Amino acid sequence: MPDTLLFAMEAALNGLTAGVMYALVALGFVLIFKASGIFNFSQGVMALFAALTLVGLQTGQIPFSHLINAIFGTRMHHFGWTLPTVVAIAGTVVVMVIFAWAVERFIFRHLVNQEPIILFMATIGLAYFLEGFGDIMWGAEVKRLDVGLPQGMSGPVDDLTFAWFGYGFYMDRLEIWAALIASLLVISLVLFSQYTKQGRALRAVADDHQAALSVGISLRFIWVLVWSLAGIVALVAGMMWGAKSGVQFSLSLIALKALPVLILGGFTSIPGAIVGGLIIGVGEKLFDFFMQPIVGGATENWFAYMLALAFLLFRPQGLFGEKIIERV
Amino acid sequence: MMNMTRMAAVLAVTMTAAAPAVAQSLHFPMLNYRTGPFGPNGMAFADGYQDYLTLINERDGGIGGVPIRMTECETAYNTERGVECYQGIRGDSPLVIQPLSTGITYQLIPRTMEDQVPMHTMGYGRTSAVNGEVFNWTFNYPGTYWDGASVIINYLLEENDGSLEGKKIVLLYHNSAYGREPIPTLTRLAEHHGYELITIGVDSPGQEQGNQWLQIRRERPDYVTMWGWGVMNAVAIQEAANIRFPMENFIGVWWSGSEQDVRPAGAGAHGYKSLAMHGTGRDYPIYDDIQEYVIDRGLAAGTGDEVGTVLYSRGMYASMLAVEAAKKAQEIHGVEEITPAMMRDGMANLVITEELMEELGLPGFGPAFEVTCQNHGGTGEAMIQQWDAESGTWSLITDWIAPNRDLIMEMVMEDSLAYAAENNIEPQCLERSGG
Repeated sequence: MPDTLLFAMEAALNGLTAGVMYALVALGFVLIFKASGIFNFSQGVMALFAALTLVGLQTGQIPFSHLINAIFGTRMHHFGWTLPTVVAIAGTVVVMVIFAWAVERFIFRHLVNQEPIILFMATIGLAYFLEGFGDIMWGAEVKRLDVGLPQGMSGPVDDLTFAWFGYGFYMDRLEIWAALIASLLVISLVLFSQYTKQGRALRAVADDHQAALSVGISLRFIWVLVWSLAGIVALVAGMMWGAKSGVQFSLSLIALKALPVLILGGFTSIPGAIVGGLIIGVGEKLFDFFMQPIVGGATENWFAYMLALAFLLFRPQGLFGEKIIERV
Repeated sequence: MMNMTRMAAVLAVTMTAAAPAVAQSLHFPMLNYRTGPFGPNGMAFADGYQDYLTLINERDGGIGGVPIRMTECETAYNTERGVECYQGIRGDSPLVIQPLSTGITYQLIPRTMEDQVPMHTMGYGRTSAVNGEVFNWTFNYPGTYWDGASVIINYLLEENDGSLEGKKIVLLYHNSAYGREPIPTLTRLAEHHGYELITIGVDSPGQEQGNQWLQIRRERPDYVTMWGWGVMNAVAIQEAANIRFPMENFIGVWWSGSEQDVRPAGAGAHGYKSLAMHGTGRDYPIYDDIQEYVIDRGLAAGTGDEVGTVLYSRGMYASMLAVEAAKKAQEIHGVEEITPAMMRDGMANLVITEELMEELGLPGFGPAFEVTCQNHGGTGEAMIQQWDAESGTWSLITDWIAPNRDLIMEMVMEDSLAYAAENNIEPQCLERSGG
């Protein structure tokens, strides 16, 4: 087999796993948009905040220590104990649920029946608030996140592909784990929405707000629920991306990777987020692979948005999105 | 009404009392970034810069008895915001502008020239500003990117018995004005030394580098050099560890060699190397003074725990060089209250000796150098440092390594004279300010 083909196959395989990482971020957007019609600009910052909280709890960091020290002249930074990862994850989930409640209580409750653009603007404000709040709560320095997930080259993939092609493919074990966790997450979300009372209520609200309200479903509860779920998805995305690069502000920019995925897969479809992520992941890796010798690389960001733009021209609702028809 | 009158009176008294204090001060503005994707890097630098100035105020009562006035403007490492910051302070007698961004530097070079405000771009910015006959108001001592690239190649020559013939070297660079700076030097040096140069760009901020490292794995280079910043550094080091690239053959520029770059990769970063334009760690007498006069008095810009880290040290070094230039300006002009034009004279005649460094409590911290009209870039020397993941410290593994200055000056002249021709500048040394 020619080397170029082998290398292209390796790039495509890595594109699939990178696509899953993008899809993880996109999922959070889809959940909120589907249930409330809000495009949540703060989803990336939520991933950052969740990861910051996880590291803070894991390492026994005192929240708001910089603020406390500045006001009282103390020098406290850590409690002096560390928490097991599982406990820290559970603690972070609790924090994200409280965050979801606060978002509903203090922001969206006051914006019911407002135009979608107003709700979108509110999420922009929320993103900036949460970014600063996270900094004050946990500090802005780069933090190492270790949740016990393996990293580095996958030996079995290397051995297997070497046996087949005489060239061992590189795959990051972290991204293989991310693919497994994303699959579990999607299955859990589907089971939750299909087989639980709350899940059915969520689907009812997604289908028709007014009808759902008329049968006694609490919109407020559904909003807290859906923001909590988006918070949990943000935590998973923050964990995966944070393990790669450390937990720092740049994590919030992973949201930019989700936008082309959403345009491609549709804003209202969970399978769409996954398929969109995979297409973007494979597409950008292959494009970069073939164009690198000509244009010098660094085409990934550009290509993802160009592909999304091309899709917008032919299928504005995305691959799996619902076609919106408004009668005027 | 009574209250309003009283308030106006208090305000008038306060303003009258405050006015002389503002006039009798030396304005050192800080174009910092404490927010945004590069905030963690910018913050440590800013804290070091500010703490040293605070030390001078607290310990020495300012420079030549005139207190330092610090102002801070947040650029978020964004060129437009950096230019806005400059526009906001240019009328307030800023003694020296330190933009901490190559992109902002490029935008400010013509503006500072026109406004006659000196700019110091220590280890970044436009390399050909070394030619002070063209770039009268820009200084980039003690070293430039081209020096850095040449020092890395000289170090590799030493490691390979003087020959890089047939070696393959990758430059992994931040796809920006900053990241592209070393390409001409490394290309010219490749022709000279016979190595193959492969350049691979990474889009900002650099969170995703899967393809770049697949390519590096395929190319099997002997060495990888990196011109990265922010999250790009941490991800690159993690990816290098993932593909099992030998860390001792991975060398970053001085902006890719801080604790924040290596810590996220944990043990995987062990053995990673980078350029060092100054010493690190707290083993310098200056830190005793910073502890006593700044941190213990609750005046530290940050929490105090980043003291001695690479980027904090760099900020402090930049600040120290600015203070020494101000002292030189006071000495030249025989006045304590100096103007930006006088400050430029101080910078253009700055002499840093080993004795002076020792006197300042920083023995061996930075190279000795002398600024002249023809050379605003110092000696360009740098050391190599290596990360020890177990102890979590950088160790200097070489002495000062000199760059190939003949080649670099040749390139500096080509580039700076082309700039002069494009902008109708007649290269010449500036006369000293008349005060």
